[in-house]
Amino acid sequence: MTFFNDWVDYFPDLLSGLGVSLQLTLVTLLMGLPAGLLLALGAGSRNKAVRMISIGVIEIGRGTPALVVLQLFYFGLPSAGMTLTSFVAASLALAFTTAAYTSEILRGGLQAVPGGEVEAAHALGMARRDILRFVVIPQGVRIAIPPLMGFAIMVFQATSLAYTIAMPELMSQAYSIGSITFRYLSILTLAGLMYALITIPASSLSNFVEHRLARHR
Amino acid sequence: MEALAVVAQGVTMTLLLTLSSFLLGAVGGIPLALARRSQIGAVRFVARAVIELLRGIPPLAWLFIIYFGIGTGAIELSSFAAAVIGFGLVASAYMAEIYRGGLTAIHEGQWEASDALGLSRAATLATVIGPQVLRVSIPAAATFAIGLLKDSSVASVIGVQDTIYWASHQSTVSGDAIVPFLYAAGLYVAMTIPCAWATRQLDSKLRKRVAR
Repeated sequence: MTFFNDWVDYFPDLLSGLGVSLQLTLVTLLMGLPAGLLLALGAGSRNKAVRMISIGVIEIGRGTPALVVLQLFYFGLPSAGMTLTSFVAASLALAFTTAAYTSEILRGGLQAVPGGEVEAAHALGMARRDILRFVVIPQGVRIAIPPLMGFAIMVFQATSLAYTIAMPELMSQAYSIGSITFRYLSILTLAGLMYALITIPASSLSNFVEHRLARHR
Repeated sequence: MEALAVVAQGVTMTLLLTLSSFLLGAVGGIPLALARRSQIGAVRFVARAVIELLRGIPPLAWLFIIYFGIGTGAIELSSFAAAVIGFGLVASAYMAEIYRGGLTAIHEGQWEASDALGLSRAATLATVIGPQVLRVSIPAAATFAIGLLKDSSVASVIGVQDTIYWASHQSTVSGDAIVPFLYAAGLYVAMTIPCAWATRQLDSKLRKRVAR
């Protein structure tokens, strides 16, 4: 069974690639989620300029394929005088896309907070800023958690795109081993299963969380 | 403007790839959705496992497995064929879940009414429930199709000559690594807008013909 021999031989190499993919996912989310929240608040701002700019950024971020953004950041920015390592370029590009998508998810969450609570907070004399900070954001973000978890899984899958900018993540590792050994099928299948090993339990977890949170409403 | 013409060469390929994969997924999703609701436990389990695997592995990994893993061995596949098969498989899994959601939106009483009228389960599904499920599924399917249009850019990695492929080509030839990609971004946005509009039209027309 050469198939499984390959799996045993090359598992450590692929595992280091998986580590890079996970790191990239984490850094992307750490930058993308706060930016997404800012965009969500911006899109609901009373200031027209802030609102228009936020909506513009969101629409561009959601309408452009992540791969295009990635190539633009990695190949385009150096000619504008900013040379980025592949990791930085990949995390910035994916964070931009993440911010655009999660802002819509978060906006849905913020809007789901009952209007009566905001009115009640006004009646209590709370400032607009405090209402956002203590009433709307904590509840809105909580409502948005299950879809955000689902999106985080998509971000993890999207890190495979970093293959195109020569970052040593799981897909690049698998491809380069394949191109040396010509054992594409076994190596690529193992890489695919390693992705699934993360995404499938993660999506069950997000379903579980969704049910748990729904119970308290 | 010359650069725009080069990049725009890929638009047809992007649309062709998206449409072919979507059609494959829309058809392939039907048996998967039905298997997911089968009365036999083993069939349900296999369908669920297939759907989870198809959705859990990134599209790029599927394209690589099909193009390099399978396509260079016994069967030879063109990059376009590999991309359509790969995206079509992934789309089948997503569409199966969309249909499953649509099935739950159809009132249970319609099954009972059909049964009372003496229709078999298969006939009920084909003539009563099925057409309504397809209509209810349109909004979710359209959102998915628009996502697919953007995801199809991944096919450029295995050499499909779509919009982003020509953008990379143009940037290599001209040495300008910004403008061609901005054109590509603009073209993708421009392609999604009519799609969104058309589906809203289709949806409002077909939606009227669903009994709840």
